[in-house]
Amino acid sequence: MLPLVLNKSDLGAWIEALAAQRRVAAPVLKETSPADRTDLKFGWEYIADPAEVRLDYTVTVLGPKKFLWPARQTVMSYQIGADPRPTAVLDHEPHVLFGVHPCDVTAIQTLDAAFSKDIADPHYLARRADTAIVSIDCAAPCDETCFCLDMGSLYPEAGYDVMLTPEGNRFFVEVKTPLGEALVEKAKVRPATKQDMQARQKFAEEKRGNFHFQLPFEVKYLPEILDASYDSLVWEAIARRCFACGSCNTTCPTCYCWDVDDDVAVDLTKGCRVRRYDSCQLDPFAEVAGGENFRKDRSSRLRHRMFRKGKYILDQTGRSGCVGCGRCERACVADISIKETFIQIAGSR
Amino acid sequence: MSQVAVDFEKGAAAPSPYVPKMARLLEAEQMTETERFFRVALEGEPLRYEPGQFVSCMVFGIGESPISICSSPTQGDAFELTVRSVGMVTNALKKFGKGDRLGIRGPFGNHFDYSAMKGQDVLFVAGGLGLAPTRSLIRYVLDNRQDYGKVTILFGAREPKWLLFRQEVEEWTKRKDIDTRVTVDRGDASWKGNVGVITRLFRQIEVDPTRTYAVIVGPPIMFKFTVLEALAEGIPEHRIICSLERHMKCGVGKCGHCQIRGIYVCREGPVFTYEQVKKLREGI
Ligand SMILES: Cc1cc2nc3c(=O)[nH]c(=O)nc-3n(C[C@H](O)[C@H](O)[C@H](O)COP(=O)(O)OP(=O)(O)OC[C@H]3O[C@@H](n4cnc5c(N)ncnc54)[C@H](O)[C@@H]3O)c2cc1C
Ligand code: SF4
Ligand code: SF4
Ligand code: FES
Repeated sequence: MLPLVLNKSDLGAWIEALAAQRRVAAPVLKETSPADRTDLKFGWEYIADPAEVRLDYTVTVLGPKKFLWPARQTVMSYQIGADPRPTAVLDHEPHVLFGVHPCDVTAIQTLDAAFSKDIADPHYLARRADTAIVSIDCAAPCDETCFCLDMGSLYPEAGYDVMLTPEGNRFFVEVKTPLGEALVEKAKVRPATKQDMQARQKFAEEKRGNFHFQLPFEVKYLPEILDASYDSLVWEAIARRCFACGSCNTTCPTCYCWDVDDDVAVDLTKGCRVRRYDSCQLDPFAEVAGGENFRKDRSSRLRHRMFRKGKYILDQTGRSGCVGCGRCERACVADISIKETFIQIAGSR
Repeated sequence: MSQVAVDFEKGAAAPSPYVPKMARLLEAEQMTETERFFRVALEGEPLRYEPGQFVSCMVFGIGESPISICSSPTQGDAFELTVRSVGMVTNALKKFGKGDRLGIRGPFGNHFDYSAMKGQDVLFVAGGLGLAPTRSLIRYVLDNRQDYGKVTILFGAREPKWLLFRQEVEEWTKRKDIDTRVTVDRGDASWKGNVGVITRLFRQIEVDPTRTYAVIVGPPIMFKFTVLEALAEGIPEHRIICSLERHMKCGVGKCGHCQIRGIYVCREGPVFTYEQVKKLREGI
């Protein structure tokens, strides 16, 4: 398809048209700091009005993951009594995630792989199948905690239906899939001119220049670096600060561990199985009957998380368990940074 | 590391791995104060399983627990479970009797490699509830007795009142074609058998390390000391077999609870060789 351009003034009409067909989730402004009016906090929500959409947002506390992998999800319902008739619950509806940053596009691909591997999880995949993704390219890092360039998530090769690149008063519109084509049919796009293409080139060059941070090693060596660090004292040293609160897991766009419980109706006639986010940083995560706990120490749990992010998920799915979005560091009250941890273990070998 | 193939439409239409099939209890019997034995049949197609696998038992309204299958597929279409009551689900199961229905998911996990053991000696060492998963292989081997060399069963419990499958173990003791020895940590007035930890039984028997598989299942502490005995006998690490217990919520490699380093015990286990477990480090 030829490169397309959408004027920024036509964005609202496009979102409005999309909203007639599927629910639209997008980044919106949540709050401004009273101390610093320029310190804006954004969040992902289903929107009611296209004017709410803020494509100029910086990274949110929770990513768009929550629309595919909600913090609470009913997976099964049943009757209580002689005939339980357990039945799968698949809750999904057509929606579009509008304005997903490249790091989150990449993270969603990791989730896709994890939930498809070996035995498919239809509860996730039914939502995913009903999801359209419009990505928005980043011109600069959200803040100093990002290391998306290193983690290979700044230039996703797939995982979106449409990619928007903001430049001045227009968006470049790259259509990636047939679904993307259908989405763009509703937009007032025009073919790109030579000047448009030059502006796009300028964006790409500026983007490259804006992402300075680089790990002191090539990321392909990260699994080996982690392996060599298994017995390092660094884990103990870092874990001394950890509160084992699990915020790093809750905010991570690729974390997908869960617990599952029964919710029983008050009249005791029926119930359902509800799964919820769980955290490998919490003490009982690996505890079994008899009280044996295979990751009793905080350091072994912290190490487990870092290994999962840098190695295990990659080994299992071929996709990185960390996209370098920096959310875990921002959420951590103890200022534990995965980026700094990776640097530290590389240096401590 | 190749990337996992992803197909949303196919995945969305896949059956949910979290919905159990209904099963009916053919037998239920309180084996000890805390352990209850069940013989279970799926409604519809029988369960196809291998010795060493486990299922997830669902008590509707309460929850779900992973439980080892303690029978062998050679025993017919139904399968057997031994449940120790420790918490919500397992205590609820204590009230389940013949004819009651429950939900079953699975079977999950890998299994004991009984083919590799063919023609070899098999030494079973089971501590406490470890007899449950071990029994699945014991029954398989006994039902194919001619395929295996010397068969030795060592079984230990804390006290006589905690001995599982008492009658069956007594029958094994009487058989001439297997060597069965039982011990308890502490005897009581009526106990005439061995007293002492299971490692002591190990010293009573003769092992040919060049042709023996040692299957060792029990609490972590028992496992550690018994492995030392097996190694001291000269049994190679890859022929020392164990079954690991981990916290498990899904059984299909998704929830993350059972993970030891890069391994999902629910899929790649629960049966491992000592050689594998040793490398895992967080394994025992
Ligand atoms: C592969 C495997 C095979 C097992 N085989 C048997 C068996 O043959 N017989 C038997 O009696 N027990 C077996 N267990 C242990 C059994 O699953 C737990 O005792 C049971 O899940 C506890 O559930 P509950 O609701 O009764 O206890 P809860 O009230 O949930 O908790 C009691 C204790 O059990 C632990 N626990 C809770 N859920 C699990 C879980 N899903 N997996 C492991 N530990 C858990 C908790 O951390 C807590 O310490 C096996 C476990 C595994 C993983
Ligand atoms: S957010 Fe920080 S303090 Fe909390 S568990 Fe994670 S690393 Fe530890
Ligand atoms: S581990 Fe931290 S930096 Fe990496 S993807 Fe998760 S939240 Fe982002
Ligand atoms: S039990 Fe859920 S991943 Fe193994």
